[in-house]
Amino acid sequence: MSPSRSAPGAGRIALTASGALRAALGALLLATSLAVPAQTRAAPSGVPPEQEEQLLRSDRFRHLATELRCLVCQNQTLADSNADLAIDLRNEVLRQMASGKDDAQIKSHLVDRYGEFVLYRPVLSARNLALWAGPAVLLALGAGVIFRMSRRPRAAAAVPSGEDVDARLARVDRLLDADEPGPR
Amino acid sequence: MRSLKFVVPAVLFAVLAAFLLRGLSKDPREIPSPLIGKPAPTFTLPQLAQPEQTWTPQAMAGKVWLLNVFASWCVPCLVEHPLLVQMSKQGTLPIVGFNYKDEPRAAGGWLAKHGDPYTVVVADRTGSVAFDYGVYGVPETFLVDRTGTIRFKHVGPLTPEVVSGKLMPLVRELSK
Repeated sequence: MSPSRSAPGAGRIALTASGALRAALGALLLATSLAVPAQTRAAPSGVPPEQEEQLLRSDRFRHLATELRCLVCQNQTLADSNADLAIDLRNEVLRQMASGKDDAQIKSHLVDRYGEFVLYRPVLSARNLALWAGPAVLLALGAGVIFRMSRRPRAAAAVPSGEDVDARLARVDRLLDADEPGPR
Repeated sequence: MRSLKFVVPAVLFAVLAAFLLRGLSKDPREIPSPLIGKPAPTFTLPQLAQPEQTWTPQAMAGKVWLLNVFASWCVPCLVEHPLLVQMSKQGTLPIVGFNYKDEPRAAGGWLAKHGDPYTVVVADRTGSVAFDYGVYGVPETFLVDRTGTIRFKHVGPLTPEVVSGKLMPLVRELSK
């Protein structure tokens, strides 16, 4: 077997297809990397059905699901994705909600396992401060440079350099002296 | 002063270019695990071969070992499998198989066909333990040290480069 030089994630199964489709379509999926929507054969969340229904319809759940990332289909939230992993994570969120955890606790429960990447909106921290402040700092720097550059030419024209002034004054003196007809 | 006008933008550009160039060679699908340096989550799961018997990671206390997440429906697992078989033949270190969301019979057949490199295989049919390990695809491989701390995680099939370049040096260091 020749060593694969490709990126580690390239040749790996994203948990997208449902169980029954997996075996049959595995190879095809891999080749085309098509995400076949799982036919909502969601793994049971373990939450009683009525409560699950209620939680699923709640604004709070919908909000949470849009705040969390599906790690397989990286630019989709848990709410958008039908990947198996997204279904699992949605069920985990449901279980956590049913056990009375608040939003912050649920998010940190996921961050502890999957890292900050699971948050769709990254939080401001000391580690990523440069990323948050970077654009503003660069904008301010650029504005400062442009401001200074736009002022410089006019200033240069208005105030001649020191030697220049002395030379001119000397010339004025000479001209004035030459104009004086005789001794006073 | 005059040269500064050219040097500063040139340096800024070089720094930016270096960052972007580095970004090109990184795999955005590889998400750094927050579990590195943390204790391996404990669990009790049935063994694949004898479901009536359970297994916990405490059984590996004092050993450096690998946890390899695999499934019979996972095609890329076939890519890394010969490497695992080879490692187990050399007796490099104990490899624990973590059978993820799989039919036990399918998994048993798969191991019979492709070789069984595992010291023990545990079955996580629902994926609930895998959740604790932050598993988001298969295969994934974790290296656990003697104190039960996760020291390394590899996402995707293991390659000879990863094994000889990263994994084995770490195993040698941890086994000292």
